[in-house]
Amino acid sequence: MKALDRLPTSLRWMALTAIGVLALAVIEIITDSNGLTTGSQAGATLRWAAPIMLAGLGGLFAERAGVVNIGLDGMMILGMWFGAWGTINYGPWAGLAFGILGGALGALVHAIATVSFGVDQIISGVAILIAAPAVTRYLSIEIFADYDGGAITQSPRLESAGKFTFPFFAGGDLFGWKSPDMLGWFNAKDYPIVSDLTEVARGITFNLSMFTVVAYALIPVIAFVLWRTRFGLRVRICGENPAAGESQGINIYAYKYAAVLLSGALAGFGGVFIASPELGGIYQEGSTNSAGFIGLSALIVGNWRPAGVMAGALLFGYPRALGLRDLDGGSTHALLLVAALVLFAVAVGNFRKRNYTDTVLAGAIGGASLLWFLISDTVADWFIGILPFIIVLLVLTFFSQRLRMPATAGQAYRKGET
Amino acid sequence: MTGLMDPLPKMTPSPSTAADSTQRRLLMALAAPVGAITFSFIAATIMLFIAGSNPFEAYGDMLGHASKLETQVSMINRATPLYISGVAAAIGFKMNLFNIGVEGQYRMAAIFAAYVGGAVALPGVFHIGLIIVVAMLVGAAWAGLAGVLYTHRGINEVIATIMLNGVALGVIAWLVRSWQAEGNIAQVGVGTERIESSGIIPNLSWIPETLFRDLTGTGELTGVLIIAIAVGVIYHVLLNRTIFGFELRASGLNPRAARAGGVPPRRMALTAMLLSGGIGGLVGIAEIMDKGRYNPNFVGGLGFNGIGIALLGRNHPAGIAVGALLWAFLEASSDILQNQGTAPKEIIDIMRGVILLTVVIGYEVVSRIRKRDEAARAAARLTESTS
Repeated sequence: MKALDRLPTSLRWMALTAIGVLALAVIEIITDSNGLTTGSQAGATLRWAAPIMLAGLGGLFAERAGVVNIGLDGMMILGMWFGAWGTINYGPWAGLAFGILGGALGALVHAIATVSFGVDQIISGVAILIAAPAVTRYLSIEIFADYDGGAITQSPRLESAGKFTFPFFAGGDLFGWKSPDMLGWFNAKDYPIVSDLTEVARGITFNLSMFTVVAYALIPVIAFVLWRTRFGLRVRICGENPAAGESQGINIYAYKYAAVLLSGALAGFGGVFIASPELGGIYQEGSTNSAGFIGLSALIVGNWRPAGVMAGALLFGYPRALGLRDLDGGSTHALLLVAALVLFAVAVGNFRKRNYTDTVLAGAIGGASLLWFLISDTVADWFIGILPFIIVLLVLTFFSQRLRMPATAGQAYRKGET
Repeated sequence: MTGLMDPLPKMTPSPSTAADSTQRRLLMALAAPVGAITFSFIAATIMLFIAGSNPFEAYGDMLGHASKLETQVSMINRATPLYISGVAAAIGFKMNLFNIGVEGQYRMAAIFAAYVGGAVALPGVFHIGLIIVVAMLVGAAWAGLAGVLYTHRGINEVIATIMLNGVALGVIAWLVRSWQAEGNIAQVGVGTERIESSGIIPNLSWIPETLFRDLTGTGELTGVLIIAIAVGVIYHVLLNRTIFGFELRASGLNPRAARAGGVPPRRMALTAMLLSGGIGGLVGIAEIMDKGRYNPNFVGGLGFNGIGIALLGRNHPAGIAVGALLWAFLEASSDILQNQGTAPKEIIDIMRGVILLTVVIGYEVVSRIRKRDEAARAAARLTESTS
């Protein structure tokens, strides 16, 4: 682990991913399940993780500016509705724009309440959570119910924004020329382990939706904006020490507004993604499935950093994608062993640090997971649903010292008050 | 300049300003809720107008509907769980804790209570008592989990309760399937075993019936109302008339000062969480008593709305009651709007959100004005005494 810590961040992430895939491949062999490391599983993980990641990025912007946004799920619902409406009337890309605006509209309410009036951020979020589903239901009754194939809880089918395959890696087109499919070539050779890696790599480069590509392209963009630009620095000072920022002549309110609006816009994108043919294919009531809350979990697990949010979202998207494709419950079952091993590792780590309470706790939970693995053959789908929440609680329980949220997140700020 | 050692300026405002300030204070206290309701009224008028119906006709329908005895009974029925949920949230607020997990706690409590209630047959009082105790214990346990994570691991209670809500919904989805009433395999989604009549709290229809007229066939007044009233009374007494309540409030206002005074903040936080969850566990009782079981489409959202109601009522037992009745009135009105074809009933949830936001904004604005007034008054007195 020490050697890993010395690597540059980007390389470290790649190394960790590779180790993760290898571990899964080994577990796949041990438990005799298949599907843990297939290319289609990797692609599905990307798709299922995208809305969670977008919600998490939304939370990232807001919390970096010191505004907690638990209304993300509501903003996703708004984004989903407006996205569907825009897609039906003006096509998928316009739909994306409308969805982003819809999410930002919800965020505007949040910004007015929390930034201008200093209302408790959780309360404002709760109000948005109560009102957003009602707003979209109302709009659906007024608008979607009159459409052909629409109803009061859903829209007609939506059109896709198109697909994209990476050239050279997975044989995508490059200006009309079909490039070679390198990863596909490796897969066909069926080398042990190497082919597992290349298959996963091909899964995340082949036949992706345009929305997926845009969503993941946002990660480096947001990382750059937040850490390498003046705007990002100012957004972060709003969350760390607004009074200091104000003393430097920064208009804290304006940056908080901007960050909260961006937060809603990203959540809105997440909503559009859920409604897009990549996942749902229609606007449907309740289909965010708490993605906003899971996004918030990804934000915490990802330690309030863009790449961390992505990692958290992939971590949560993986079992979800697996659960949907794993009809006999066998592969999901193997995850219990993964969980047990990770928890045992945590226990060992704590033992070496002489933190015996945590050792016992992690060991006990890991033991329970192992026991469950041994006495059962399959795991029901409900377990997949609650896994993100359990993971975040465990991460907070065992690693809360390594997490650091922006210093003033959750606190109201008033000009001239310190 | 006044030095530190100078005598304090005299704090005796002239009688006319005292009367002014009382009046002003009263005005201020009312400004926020009245302003919020007016604002939401305007918002609703616009929405109804857009929906293509006559807003004033709709309001006429709503008031006409609410003036009927049946509607009033149903309003009280709807207000009962909302009130309990509001008190549950308020207990947390008093300790400066945000228990947004009432949503998960009451559902978790309800399914366990309904399951246990359906599995046993006991003489009336014991059966009902058992159901209530199970509900409270499960609610308290689920909230206590968040409480322990907060006190022992420093995990923010908002995050902990949000996550536990997610877990609760998943677990319940599973429990509903595994605790499905037997002999009903064809009837998927029927819920837990029906609770024998001995476990059902008798209704209170005799009260409106002796006071007004017969209600047979048009609805019953829920007996859970008694529990709600008891919860309100206990909440009031506990908070304002006991040492524990004093310590809880002190700890919520300033944990450090309270700690210096010998009140351990951790233990108070955990106790508040357990109490909040215990009361929260009772939220689902009304629905269980009504349906006789926990069914898969058990009523949701009561926890979130309880937070709004606690805020509307400023955590005061009577204020929460007003908030719960307002919420219930909106809900009852939504039915008539829907039935008359005037407007989709979702308009009411939008109104709730708008009321909630405008009320908290109103409270915030009022408190800012108060602070400013106070500062201005203090400054005025200071210049008066030094000049």
